[in-house]
Amino acid sequence: MSKDLAIETTGLVKVFGSNRAVDGVDLAVPTGTVYGVLGPNGAGKTTVVRMLATLLRPDGGEARIFGKDVVKDAESVRSRVALTGQYASVDEDLTGSENLILLGRLLGHTKPDARDRAGQLLDAFGLTEAAGRQVKNYSGGMRRRIDIAASILNTPDLLFLDEPTTGLDPRSRNQVWDIVRAVVSQGTTVLLTTQYLDEADQLASRIAVIDHGKVIAEGTKGDLKASVGSGAVHLRLREAAQRTDAERVLAAVLSAEIVLDADPLALTATISGSGSDQGAAEQAGRALAELAREGIVVDNFSLGQPSLDEVFLALTDKTKSGTDVTDVKEGAAA
Amino acid sequence: MTTVATKTKDLDDLELATPTADDLAALLVNKERPPRPSALSASLTFGWRAMLKIKHVPEQLFDVTVFPVMMVLMYAYLFGGALAGSVSEYIQFLLPGVMVMSVVMITMYTGVAVNTDIAKGVFDRFRTLPIWRPAPMVGYLLGDVVRYVIAAVVILGVGLAIGYRPDGGVLGIAAGVLLLLIFSFSFSWIWTMFGLMLRTEKSVMGVSMMVIMPLTFLSNVFVDPKTMPGWLQAFVNNSPVSELSSAVRELMAGNWPAHDIAVTLGWSVGLVVVFGTWTMRLYNRK
Repeated sequence: MSKDLAIETTGLVKVFGSNRAVDGVDLAVPTGTVYGVLGPNGAGKTTVVRMLATLLRPDGGEARIFGKDVVKDAESVRSRVALTGQYASVDEDLTGSENLILLGRLLGHTKPDARDRAGQLLDAFGLTEAAGRQVKNYSGGMRRRIDIAASILNTPDLLFLDEPTTGLDPRSRNQVWDIVRAVVSQGTTVLLTTQYLDEADQLASRIAVIDHGKVIAEGTKGDLKASVGSGAVHLRLREAAQRTDAERVLAAVLSAEIVLDADPLALTATISGSGSDQGAAEQAGRALAELAREGIVVDNFSLGQPSLDEVFLALTDKTKSGTDVTDVKEGAAA
Repeated sequence: MTTVATKTKDLDDLELATPTADDLAALLVNKERPPRPSALSASLTFGWRAMLKIKHVPEQLFDVTVFPVMMVLMYAYLFGGALAGSVSEYIQFLLPGVMVMSVVMITMYTGVAVNTDIAKGVFDRFRTLPIWRPAPMVGYLLGDVVRYVIAAVVILGVGLAIGYRPDGGVLGIAAGVLLLLIFSFSFSWIWTMFGLMLRTEKSVMGVSMMVIMPLTFLSNVFVDPKTMPGWLQAFVNNSPVSELSSAVRELMAGNWPAHDIAVTLGWSVGLVVVFGTWTMRLYNRK
């Protein structure tokens, strides 16, 4: 049991009726990082977070936060974590400042201390003007901010952010990202669930992809991207007539699948990471040289890493076809 | 919500300053945590939350002001002439009882409040705090005690205005109200249990009515049970509401009904033990 892990779960299970919402999740989140839990709606992300934050009792497996069991040692887990749920976890009837003072008092601050701390937080989150207004009159972005402010009244060692930017406009979303970065820079570990790959890409250093209650992929962003291929070469030719030739050349050099784009001048080749000991850029370079030798003029060229979107779709597709063939596999194994 | 309102909100949002990383960092550097608050302090803080809610949503006092006035006037004038010859004579018997009945009926709003709160995210926040577990529930009930006091005072005011003249004086009245508050606080744990157990506000309301109507009406609040059939007398004479209203009636009349007081306090302890425990089980499992 490593001391450097903020979160460690083994075989975590939660069953609602006949639905195995979380079905054997293993996570290891290093201290001081942002860990992204990525998955579509209903994948089980929120259920995992609720179990880790001591709100739900796991039906199977174990979960430890800084080495403390979430069931047996719930009290000491609670003293080190904070949760910002998917829905505003503040009292909407109260004003922003009343909410923060209330929670400050509950965390053991004296009345003047709670008031000071509330004032400073409202200031830092740009909510001073809204301090005296009821939270139900706040915009989505303001709610998120007061919510996160409430979570860092006492600097937590571990902060759970459950879909912190769902439903926010791009500006508010960027502000939330800035806040998350500031929190992490002070040493707090953050577990972030999201359905936006962009968000995981921006913030998280490691990512677990969850679908149907299971972790279907885990690793650094680089690992995940590499798992679906090392990149894609986008080419734009000068003359449409040369596209067939270009396709033939690329297929020969890269031994990869070539996609003809809707644009009659463009085509895309996926470079597979496996089966070749050459880097993606090197392979692309060879392809370009070969095209030039054949007299095919390339106007524009780009080599891109696969986006997390592509990774995600590739992975979730795999699980889908995976479930189709489960029976066969099990039969073969038995 | 109208479109206009949404627009102003967005504008407000734009005017607000962007959070600054430096300010945030400065706030986060301080990692010391104050000691965990005592059970009493945490409960009182939740009680303060209930007061703030009354301040922001004063309409919720409707049921502790207008409703009790209605109850007193309605029953005093409806039954007064027929049962006791005159309103001023009947009110001497009726008032303590109708006060008990109104306050006990008002307790059921606790369940609705708990239920609506759970549906919102704020409950999750409370449950992840390192505090004495029953504090949020006790806080609700402390806030409700304030509402019960308001109701009791309103009823007494109306009663005095239409001729109620208790022999127990200020002390007797205070003792009666105090006993009523103790019982109501304990009785409310039934509602926190239902509030946590049932899924919707409507079902909480429905179940509450089914419990509260027979419990308050099948009692000695309106008439002496002597004229009732034997099986009903057995129920009525042993109902906690009857015990409570006899105790309050006697206290306000200047007597010391030791037996009724003891039985009422016994019920109170029993209710907290059974339904308090049950509430906390549900709260921890939710």
